[in-house]
Amino acid sequence: MNVRRLAAGVALALAAAPPAHAERLIVSVSNHRVTVTPNYAGEELVLFGSVERDAQAPTTRTSYDLVVTVMGPRADMVTRRKERRFGIWINTDSRQFLKVPGYLALFANRPFEAIASPEVQRRQQLGLNNVLLTQRVGPDYADVVPNDAFRSAFVRLQSQHGLYREDTSAVTFLTPTLFRTGIPLPAAVPIGTYEVEIKLFADGALVTKTETAFEIVKIGFEQFVAGAARQYGLVYGLVTTLMALMTGWMASIVFKRD
Amino acid sequence: MVPPRRHFGYQGGSSHHAVSGPGRARARASGQEQEPTRVQIYLPIADLPVNIFLLLAMGAAVGFVSGMFGIGGGFLMTPLLIFIGITPGVAVASVSSHIAASSFSGALSYWRRRAIDPSLASVLLIGGAIGTALGVYTFTLLRALGQLDLMIALSYVALLTSVGGVMFWEGLRAMLRARRGEVVTVRRPGSHVWIHGLPLKMRFKRSKIYVSVVPVVTIGIFIGFLGAVMGIGGGFILVPLLIYLLRVPTSTVIGTSMVLTLATMMIATMLHAISNHLVDAVLALILMVGGVTGAQFGARAGQMIRGEQLRLLLGLLILAVGVRFAVELVIRPEDLFTIRATGISE
Repeated sequence: MNVRRLAAGVALALAAAPPAHAERLIVSVSNHRVTVTPNYAGEELVLFGSVERDAQAPTTRTSYDLVVTVMGPRADMVTRRKERRFGIWINTDSRQFLKVPGYLALFANRPFEAIASPEVQRRQQLGLNNVLLTQRVGPDYADVVPNDAFRSAFVRLQSQHGLYREDTSAVTFLTPTLFRTGIPLPAAVPIGTYEVEIKLFADGALVTKTETAFEIVKIGFEQFVAGAARQYGLVYGLVTTLMALMTGWMASIVFKRD
Repeated sequence: MVPPRRHFGYQGGSSHHAVSGPGRARARASGQEQEPTRVQIYLPIADLPVNIFLLLAMGAAVGFVSGMFGIGGGFLMTPLLIFIGITPGVAVASVSSHIAASSFSGALSYWRRRAIDPSLASVLLIGGAIGTALGVYTFTLLRALGQLDLMIALSYVALLTSVGGVMFWEGLRAMLRARRGEVVTVRRPGSHVWIHGLPLKMRFKRSKIYVSVVPVVTIGIFIGFLGAVMGIGGGFILVPLLIYLLRVPTSTVIGTSMVLTLATMMIATMLHAISNHLVDAVLALILMVGGVTGAQFGARAGQMIRGEQLRLLLGLLILAVGVRFAVELVIRPEDLFTIRATGISE
């Protein structure tokens, strides 16, 4: 009986498995290297793509769903909660998030519930509630339920800064197989490599996926200053101190009072 | 798009997005239409765009006040920066270099008038250097514990409300006495027996005092520590301490205190730059330029106001900043949660 069940399972799996590369995704972003200058006030990248169908693709399958996930450079973050102690509000509990993306955006052409079942949504990490955000919980590392206070506060704060976002109407299909979506990058975007994952769904199941990436670099005087401050603290401190002394000295010359 | 929220209580300290002060919100709102006009300047360490004229105006306003009262103005500048959305850590670290600039120009002019006691300044400095190092160490420790902003706020509340209250009260009494026509006797502060009983006495020639170095070094440590943790020069505490405890004459007290402020703030700038990387040189430069300019006009205005009124005003100002911090701590914050980046782990 075990064997029969196994066989049935295999048969089912074979039947359900999509034919290899029946569809292919071809995508490109409008700019693979975004330079953030001091004037940068946020901009929007555009991702285009098309669904290439070959002869193996089932002819009945004509409508697709698309989910685009953009993940910025990862960093450790701490979320702290204030509580009232002795009449004042102070930080008490904190939770550490490990290697979470500094920027996270999920775009789709329609609500995730319409695209796939909750189980698939969870497995494919569709939606901010389903993306894995690892926390240090005691000695363990784990993600917690989406309505955990620290997790939801973390997502909410990041969303307020425009760094985490979810938009289920951002992907538009220009033709049944040609699509585009905008990737808004606010002024506060962290620098680094951004990974873009594009997943194609049909009839509630993943058909294929592809990846691309872009890079955000900060340039200009300000970035030079920031870099110098981090790497050469001593020299930076000396230069700043000298600058202070120069300014003070100049002022005492310019405004010499009798 | 983030709505421009007032967000003073937001405790951040993150390297890139802890702050959503009005500055940033404005940058986003206006960024699209008026790109080339570079009114917004990007602060590299504070990591947010701020209107350059706002900063200049703040520098000038604080400079005006500091020139008027003959103080460094750090206790006003640091809170103002925090209120516009710069994280307390960056504010404290950057203001130290700003105060170094203004106290240097002050010290130079006092030096020319020979109104500085070099030997007293050097003994104070020994304490100042130790205190500053301790202060920066404490600052770094508190930052790691996530309690830096709280401690900065608490220190401001404690120090400013007490000092401001005393000053206000003194000024008020002096003014009432003057109004009643009483002769204000400028009395030399009484002899402090315990201070004069301390060992290691030293003669400070220019100030014409003979006093133990123990209280001098202690005052130096205290001021250096406060300066590093709170981003203040400490002149408004140091001057009364020198006058009342050490009986330093008024001819040398301000010049000497400025030398100590200059030295501790230089050390603080260096140590903050080395250990915490929080000194924003661009921010500091703008503040300095505004500050030294404003100070000139403030000094002239200060000469037109009577002494006790000046003290009353200063007391009121210090008290107001202290109360502002207290209110911030007591009212329920808009958001109980805060995020801070703790580093990139690869």
